[in-house]
Amino acid sequence: MSSVPTREVAKRVFAREFNDATYTFKESDDDRAPVYVLLPTGESANRIFVVGTLTETQDVGEDSEYWQGRIVDPNGDTYFTYAGQYQPEAASMLRELEPPAYVAVVGKPRTYETDEGDVNVSIRPESITEVGEAVRDRWVVETAERTLDRIQTFEESEHDEYVQMARDEYDLPTENYRRAAVEALESLEEETAEPAP
Amino acid sequence: MTESDLRTQATEIHEQFSDQLEVTVEEIEERLETLVNEYKVPTNEARRSVINTYLDEAGMDRDDLGGGGGNEHVDIAEIDSPEEWVDITAKVVDLWDATSDAVAQVGLLGDETGTIKFTKWSKSDLPSLEEGAVYNLRNVVTDEYQGRFSVKLNRTTTIEELDEDIEVGEDDVEIEGALVDIQSDSGLIKRCPEEDCTRVLQNGRCSEHGEVEGEFDLRIKAVVDDGADVYEVIFDKETTEELTGIDLEEAQEMAMDALDTSVVADEMTDKILGQYYSVTGPTFGRYVLANEVEQLREPADPEAVLIKARSI
Repeated sequence: MSSVPTREVAKRVFAREFNDATYTFKESDDDRAPVYVLLPTGESANRIFVVGTLTETQDVGEDSEYWQGRIVDPNGDTYFTYAGQYQPEAASMLRELEPPAYVAVVGKPRTYETDEGDVNVSIRPESITEVGEAVRDRWVVETAERTLDRIQTFEESEHDEYVQMARDEYDLPTENYRRAAVEALESLEEETAEPAP
Repeated sequence: MTESDLRTQATEIHEQFSDQLEVTVEEIEERLETLVNEYKVPTNEARRSVINTYLDEAGMDRDDLGGGGGNEHVDIAEIDSPEEWVDITAKVVDLWDATSDAVAQVGLLGDETGTIKFTKWSKSDLPSLEEGAVYNLRNVVTDEYQGRFSVKLNRTTTIEELDEDIEVGEDDVEIEGALVDIQSDSGLIKRCPEEDCTRVLQNGRCSEHGEVEGEFDLRIKAVVDDGADVYEVIFDKETTEELTGIDLEEAQEMAMDALDTSVVADEMTDKILGQYYSVTGPTFGRYVLANEVEQLREPADPEAVLIKARSI
């Protein structure tokens, strides 16, 4: 119990795992209670921090501007982010940025069900900023580390609430996400191994 | 975890329950062993789980548990795990407003090694602590929330005021993470010029002194997040200048040109949001006051994490 309302941690998660996080829940019945997505590695997420390559932006709005951004992680997996009139700063960043560019996005996970019944996971951005390659590389290492920590807890904890929830709600082997972490790290090693031009 | 460690743990737990329950050290040790060796539960967690089982059986509250009288007397900086019963000698550095009726007092305790938050429950019915006084506190319980430790005073805690003073140590923390948010009242701000009042003005008004001619200052209230913990960091004028490369004079010119002070915060946001930093400074309440800041420009080394990834 804390006397000050504490801010939600921004979880680090590769797109492969994030896009699998289709199960959402609330911790209380209050209408305004925050919505969490359940990461398949057994943690809840109400905010994420992503650094990747913005590869495409598009105004998909009908009446008013509604910008879609595609952000790709080193594995080639894509995060989708959407910003409209309620995220004016993020929307104007998507309008103005010229892909490809490295961007850092802080945002809330959102899910929606398609007409076919699939659940899509996307990011509602709180902020989008352009960053350099070093930030992207640091994020990749950090995200791999956090992912592995979650996998270890998943494998070792019998009684953890969210690990249990993930076992109940998903049938997704954590091996997929371990592999995503390994591939992402290996992609950095290849980059650094290349001789300077 | 060796056999003899579990034995020690079992003996300690046994002492706590020997008056209430017919249970042997061997039975407790066996429970611990099952959790630790078969289920691979960390020892702390196993201990907690076993204690909870016996609390249920004995119909007791966690608060009823004494530390068996033989607590370790610890320095505040040594406190690094939750659910430990300890004794401390500390000065009340600061009392905060309790935000809940369940809390009688909340604030900051300090000794030579550092500071720690304390909470005193209303139902524990303990005497009031005075700001600036030094106390010997026996039987307090440590707690952890998002990586930060606190101590809780409970019904079994004894409070003895000491006639001495303590020079409270600075406990600098070093944090690393991404700067994920910049809060309002950041950038170019105006402070109340009244003596000893440095409140930030809202629309030219000080909440204490009303409408005043403010003095310009720079500061940033930011959130640094490493994916596991969140820190609210305050950068003062010097560290804000270092962080953003914008000094007070430049900031005032920018604001003058735009006829709007918010352009300063916008410009600063573009430079620092989403970047990684290492910040060092003392903590104050929930804030880290940045004394030193360094941008982490070097890419992190993937090798160590890769080895870990391949090993699990």
